[in-house]
Amino acid sequence: MSKSNFTRRGLLKTSAVGGAGLAVPTIFTASSASAFTNEPTGDTVTLGFNVPQSGPYADEGADELRAYELAVEHLNGTGADNGMLETFSSKALKGNGILGKKVEYVTGDTQTKSDAARASAKSMIEKDGAVMITGGSSSGVAVAVQALCQEAGVIFMAGLTHSNDTTGKDKKANGFRHFFNSYMSGAALAPVLEKMYGSDRKAYHLTADYNWGYTTEEAIVSSTEAMGWETVNTVKTPLTQTDFSSYIAPVLQSGADVLVLNHYGGNMVNSLTNAVQFGLRDKQVNGKNFEIVVPLYSRLMAKGAGANVKGIFGSTNWHWSLQDDASKAFVKSFGTKYGFPPSQAAHTCYVQALLYADAVERAGTFNPCGVVEALEGFEFDGMGNGPTLYRAEDHQCFKDVLVVKGKENPTSEFDLLEIVEVTPVAQVTYPPDHPQFAGGSLGSCNPGA
Amino acid sequence: MDAIILQILNGLDKGSAYALIALGLTLIFGTLGVVNFAHGALFMIGAFCAVTLSRILTLSHTVIDETKTDFLGNPLKVDVPYIYDIFGQATGDVIIDWAVPLSILFAIPVMVGVGVIMERGLIKHFYKRPHADQILVTFGLAIVLQEVIKYFYGANPIPTPAPSAFTGSFDFGAMLGFDPNTIIYPYWRLVYFAFAAIIIGAVFAFLQFTTFGMVVRAGMADRETVGLLGINIDKRFTIMFGLAAAVAGLAGVMYTPINSPNYHMGMDFLVLSFVVVVVGGMGSLPGAVLAGFLLGILESIASMTQVLDVLPGLNQIIIYLVAIIILLTRPRGLMGRKGVMEE
Repeated sequence: MSKSNFTRRGLLKTSAVGGAGLAVPTIFTASSASAFTNEPTGDTVTLGFNVPQSGPYADEGADELRAYELAVEHLNGTGADNGMLETFSSKALKGNGILGKKVEYVTGDTQTKSDAARASAKSMIEKDGAVMITGGSSSGVAVAVQALCQEAGVIFMAGLTHSNDTTGKDKKANGFRHFFNSYMSGAALAPVLEKMYGSDRKAYHLTADYNWGYTTEEAIVSSTEAMGWETVNTVKTPLTQTDFSSYIAPVLQSGADVLVLNHYGGNMVNSLTNAVQFGLRDKQVNGKNFEIVVPLYSRLMAKGAGANVKGIFGSTNWHWSLQDDASKAFVKSFGTKYGFPPSQAAHTCYVQALLYADAVERAGTFNPCGVVEALEGFEFDGMGNGPTLYRAEDHQCFKDVLVVKGKENPTSEFDLLEIVEVTPVAQVTYPPDHPQFAGGSLGSCNPGA
Repeated sequence: MDAIILQILNGLDKGSAYALIALGLTLIFGTLGVVNFAHGALFMIGAFCAVTLSRILTLSHTVIDETKTDFLGNPLKVDVPYIYDIFGQATGDVIIDWAVPLSILFAIPVMVGVGVIMERGLIKHFYKRPHADQILVTFGLAIVLQEVIKYFYGANPIPTPAPSAFTGSFDFGAMLGFDPNTIIYPYWRLVYFAFAAIIIGAVFAFLQFTTFGMVVRAGMADRETVGLLGINIDKRFTIMFGLAAAVAGLAGVMYTPINSPNYHMGMDFLVLSFVVVVVGGMGSLPGAVLAGFLLGILESIASMTQVLDVLPGLNQIIIYLVAIIILLTRPRGLMGRKGVMEE
C-alpha cells in the first residue's frame, strides 16, 4: 500500500487557495473589460433562439427556427440570396455578420411553458453567452422571458406574442415586439365585420382562460360594441379543453348570431371544428346568417381545422401571398430553401433577427442600451408590412394589419387564407396610455454585467 | 329544461369515449391485474390509424399543371391520388370521403397487433412487480408512443372529417316541441354514440355468451383454479389485452371527426378514464360503462353558463369532485365488488 502525504484537509486548503488565486484575475478582467452581459470578444457573436421545439406548438417553433437559420445565412452572407436585406430600407447590414463578427446561434426549447422557457433562456445567456434572446409562440412565455432578459441585461426580440400585455403592463426596456397585438386585431377587424355583417349583431364570445384570451376578448368586445354590436355573453373555456361541444351547444339558445372564438392553436382548431359540426354556420338567427369570427388566425393552425375555416374572418400579422417586393423576396428565399411558404411566425422571427442586427450595426455596439436607443423610434420599410415604426414609448411596432378570410377554394395545403383588407397603420394606432395597455413601465435599459 | 336536455345529449358522446376507454382499462385490470397507463396512447394510435388510412387513400403522384403557378411562380404541381387512376375520380372521392368508417377495418388488426406486442413484449415482464412499477413502465411507454407519433405526424392537429353525408346537425328541439335550434346535435356524434353502444354490447355478449368469454370470466374470478384445470389462461388474457386495445383504438378512430387528432389526445383522455374506472369500481365492466356516461353528462352539465355563474370553475373540477366523494363514501366504486379496495 502506497503512502501519500496528502491529507483531506490539506487538499481542500490547497485547492481553495489555488482556486481563489486562479479566480482573481478573471474577477478583475470581467469588471474592467466587459461593459455589458456577454460582450462578444472574439470574431463571433452568439444569438439565442428560444422556440417551442416540443409541446403543442412544436410545428410553429420549427418554422420559427427555419426562419432564424435563414436570417443567420443572410446576415453572414452565406445564403443562396440575401432575402429581405435587399429590400430593407436601412442599408447598415452588409452580409458580413454583425459588426464584422460572424453570427452563430444556440437554440433552446420553450416547450410553451413559462418556467421551461426561462430556464432555456437562462442557460443560453449564462452557459452559451447569448447576447440576444428571441423567439417563442405564446404571450405567457414572452412576458416571462422578457422579464428574465431585462434582469440579465440582454435584448429580447419577441416572437409570436399577441397579448396586449407584452407591450402593455408587462413591457420592459430590453424587450421589443414586432408582432401585432389584440387591440390591433380588434381595430382592424371591426370595420370589416361591420361592412360584411352589419352593425346590428349579437355576439357570443368563447375565450381561452388565460392572459392572451382576456386581452383579445376585451379588444374585440370594445371595438365591436363601438360600432353597435351587442355582447350577449362571454364564457371562459379552460386552456386544456379539447371538446368544446358543451360550450358551443348553448350558443344558439342565447339568441346570438355571431360566435367569436378567442382561441389560438389547438383550442382554435377544436372549437372551430366543433362549431362547424354543430351546423352553426348553416343556421339563421334573428333573420340573419349565423357567423363565426376567429380574431387571430395562423395558417399553421388553420391547416388543423381543414375545410372548417372557409369563409371565416380573422386577422393576421403577415401572409405569404402579399405582393410587395419584401414579402416576395422573403417567400422566395424561404420557399427555395425549404420547399413551402413561410408562416407569419417565421416572418416575424426573421424580421426581428434582422432588426436586431441592424440596430447593432447602427449603434456600433452590442451594448443593450445602445441597441435600445437605436431601435426606439426607428422607422423602416421593406420588411413586408409597409412603413413601420418601433415606438419608443412601449417598444411595439406599428404597421399595417391584415384582415383575412378562410379561402373557399384553396389550391394547395398552404393556400388557406385570402387577404380581405390591408388595414392601414393609422387605424390600428393607439396612444401609449390607452386603457387596454395601462399599468407597468418600460423602466430603463439594463446592460447587465 | 331544453338547456339540460342539450347538455345530457352532449354528455352522451363524451361519455361514450370515456366508457369505451374505461372498458378496455377495466378488461386489462380485471384479467391481468395491470394498471395500464398506456391505454390512452392506444386510443391515440387508433385515431392515427384513421389518419394513416386517409393518407394511404390519398397517396398521390404529381402532375404539372402549366396553366397555374405555385407560390414561387413555378408551374403548379397538382397531386392526383392513385385511387383516381384505379376507380375513377367519382368513386375515388367517395372512398376518400368514407376514410374514417373504412379505418375501422384497418384499425382492428393493427390495434390487436399493437396490443399483443405490447403485452408480450413489455407488460408481461411486470405482472409480478408492484402496481407502482407497472404504472411507471406503462406511463413511460405512453410517452414513447406519443413522441413516436409526433415524430412522424407533427405536433399540429390533423383534420380528419366525417363522411360528408354526416355533416350538419339534427334538430331535436323541433322534434320535441321546443323552439327550432334550441336542441341541436351533430349527426356524427349520434353515430359515435350508437357505435359505442354496439361495441359495448358486443364486448359484453362476447364475455357472456361464448366459451372463450366464460373461461376469461372464470380466470378473472380465480386465475389459479382455472390454471389447475389445465386451461392456458395466460394465452387468453393476452388475447383480451389485444381486444381491449382494439376497443380503445376503435374509440379513437371514430373520435377523429369530433376533434382533429394530435399526438397528445391520449393523455387528455387517460386521466379522466382512470377516474371513470375508479368511480365505476375497479374491475367492474358495467361500472366502467355506467360511470363513463355519468361523468360525461355531469361534465357537460357543469359547463352550462347558468351553473358556472353560481359555481365558477366547477366544469374543471366536477369529475375529480365526484371521484373524491365516491372514494370517501364508497371506496369500491359504484358497482365494484364488495371488499375490493376496501380492505
